[in-house]
Amino acid sequence: MADKENNAVHKKKVTLESGIEVKPLYTREDMQDSEADKSIPGQYPFTRGIHPEMYRKRPFTIRQYAGFASPEETNKRFKFLIENGQTGLNVAFDLPTQCGLNSDNPRSLGEVGRVGMSVDTLDDFEIAFDGIDLNKITVSLTINGAAIVLMAMYFALAEKRGYDVKTLRGTAQNDILKEFIGRGTWIFPVDPSVKLVVDTVEYCANHVPKYSPVSVCGYHIRESGANPVQEMAYAFCIAKTYTDETLKRGIDIDEFASRLSFNFDIYGNLFEQIAKFRGGRRLWAKIIREDYNAKNDKSSWMRMIAGGGGGGLTKEQPENNIIRSSYYALISALSGTQTMALCSYDEAYTIPTEKAAELSLRTMQILIHEMGICDTVDPLGGSYYVEALTDRLEKEIREEMKTVKKMGGMVEAVASGKIQEKVSHQAYDRELGIQNGEIPKVGVNIFQKDEDPKPVEFHKYNADAANYQIEKLQQIKAKRNEEQVQSCLEKLKADCMQNVNLMPTVIEAVKAYTTVGEIIHVMKDVYGEYEEPIFF
Amino acid sequence: MKVLLSKPGLDGHDVGVKVLAYAVKDAGFEVAYSGLRKSIEEIVEKATDIKADVIGLSILSGSHLILCEKMRDVMSKSGLTIPWLVGGNIPHGDVDTLINLGAAAAFPTGTTVEEVVHYLKEIE
Repeated sequence: MADKENNAVHKKKVTLESGIEVKPLYTREDMQDSEADKSIPGQYPFTRGIHPEMYRKRPFTIRQYAGFASPEETNKRFKFLIENGQTGLNVAFDLPTQCGLNSDNPRSLGEVGRVGMSVDTLDDFEIAFDGIDLNKITVSLTINGAAIVLMAMYFALAEKRGYDVKTLRGTAQNDILKEFIGRGTWIFPVDPSVKLVVDTVEYCANHVPKYSPVSVCGYHIRESGANPVQEMAYAFCIAKTYTDETLKRGIDIDEFASRLSFNFDIYGNLFEQIAKFRGGRRLWAKIIREDYNAKNDKSSWMRMIAGGGGGGLTKEQPENNIIRSSYYALISALSGTQTMALCSYDEAYTIPTEKAAELSLRTMQILIHEMGICDTVDPLGGSYYVEALTDRLEKEIREEMKTVKKMGGMVEAVASGKIQEKVSHQAYDRELGIQNGEIPKVGVNIFQKDEDPKPVEFHKYNADAANYQIEKLQQIKAKRNEEQVQSCLEKLKADCMQNVNLMPTVIEAVKAYTTVGEIIHVMKDVYGEYEEPIFF
Repeated sequence: MKVLLSKPGLDGHDVGVKVLAYAVKDAGFEVAYSGLRKSIEEIVEKATDIKADVIGLSILSGSHLILCEKMRDVMSKSGLTIPWLVGGNIPHGDVDTLINLGAAAAFPTGTTVEEVVHYLKEIE
């Protein structure tokens, strides 16, 4: 009887989400044509990691996403996280800030400070980063549509505090192309949106060379329904778009490519994810060296943040998400990530509580300090299965990139809505798969139990705090030099029309306490707004 | 029956509403989608223009109470009498409040796509 069952297991076809079939056994023969044998960590094409010693020298950076309501509260949370051993900050902004609206805009009603920190002027940054040494901690700004303004604020803050921006480190998400596919905080049409990203890349290459101006996000594309191969392929196509446009400005590939980084998703099959990262890292290195003739090895590094996998977490039996996230952390470390952030277990139904956020932090610390994950580089290197799958994923990602080319390139594929339609239909297929049990989810369609619905909690919307933010905005407006603000805005409009790099003028504008909303408004006047393709 | 699915407010989470749109379409209904970041006024106007039979609001940022108060006001001003529904990240404890604001139904966090489709079939 047992033998019969075993036979049935062996005969059952196993197909990964990316459509790759998995054999019950892998041997040396599966690695015959593999590049694995020649692969050395820290050496091109970096399959085994971008550094020769990886975590042996320094563990991955822990960087949880945080940002609450007012700059004052955010400042407190930052200090709490730093005291608890976090080495990088990841700032969340509220939706008005992300969409380029001031707190007192009627469209901001009910959203000020709700899902992150509210920022109207440089004054808010001065409060949020008060007492935090910008040279000791790296700050990541999760901002896209309005990224040029918030980056300008960060640079202006650093300058005002006397830091040399030449040595300033940090990251902005600033990947607008993925916002059109998932996440949705686009503002301008696709072409000017890309132009603004390239403005920041160009400015950083020339003035803030240690800063990472773009973190290309496969993450949200995967969350929107893409499979692991598409996640990598679309992210690479997006990164290539920014690269191509930056090259057109006359900047050498080696002047900026090393500052591009990636943000990827983890949920799904453990080995498929690891192979996705190892194969993806090898492919990206080849693209940068072979297609763009980069001379500097650093240019071809696929640096990444990975660890979160919101799409894999469930509202049912939410404690299971603690276990899932521990696996995601393991996957991320086994894949050679540079930075890790985990989703908190309660994130499927609420904004993480402090306790849940602490558990995420401890999960990563246990992995680093108790599990020996940092002892040796790429411990899975040489595994027949992992290496064969790595080769296969590299090939599949390369093939998928060609389909984007067939859609007319990434800008066209996004402007027409073709990519959005494809991934959202896949999200529907996945939902059907979970409904009919084809995709097993513990606690959802197998091993369910009757449980009371979990209390969904949002950070209590603090209308007083929102009003305080609006009050502060009015005070700043009353105090600032209005003439200077208006002249900055006029200069900005002229810059927009003359198609020059906007960054210097935006920096001048934020230093004069011009608001996020005022700056974005001028840009909208010139560029217009994105019209979302509707395919239903 | 024509269903207008919509995203009021600034929330950009649209995976759920798009999945629902496919499911509603597969169930044989006609579907229209507003796109992201529409004001309540724009949504009600669109419902009038396309002669929708029901409006669905998808809200995940937590601002459902504020937006639905607005929905009540704008609907009553417009004279439109079609039912409207709310879904997304809605705490169970807010369901009654939303019904009192005039929602025909409020689907709390954890509602399946099937349950919404079933509801639409019942009111058809």
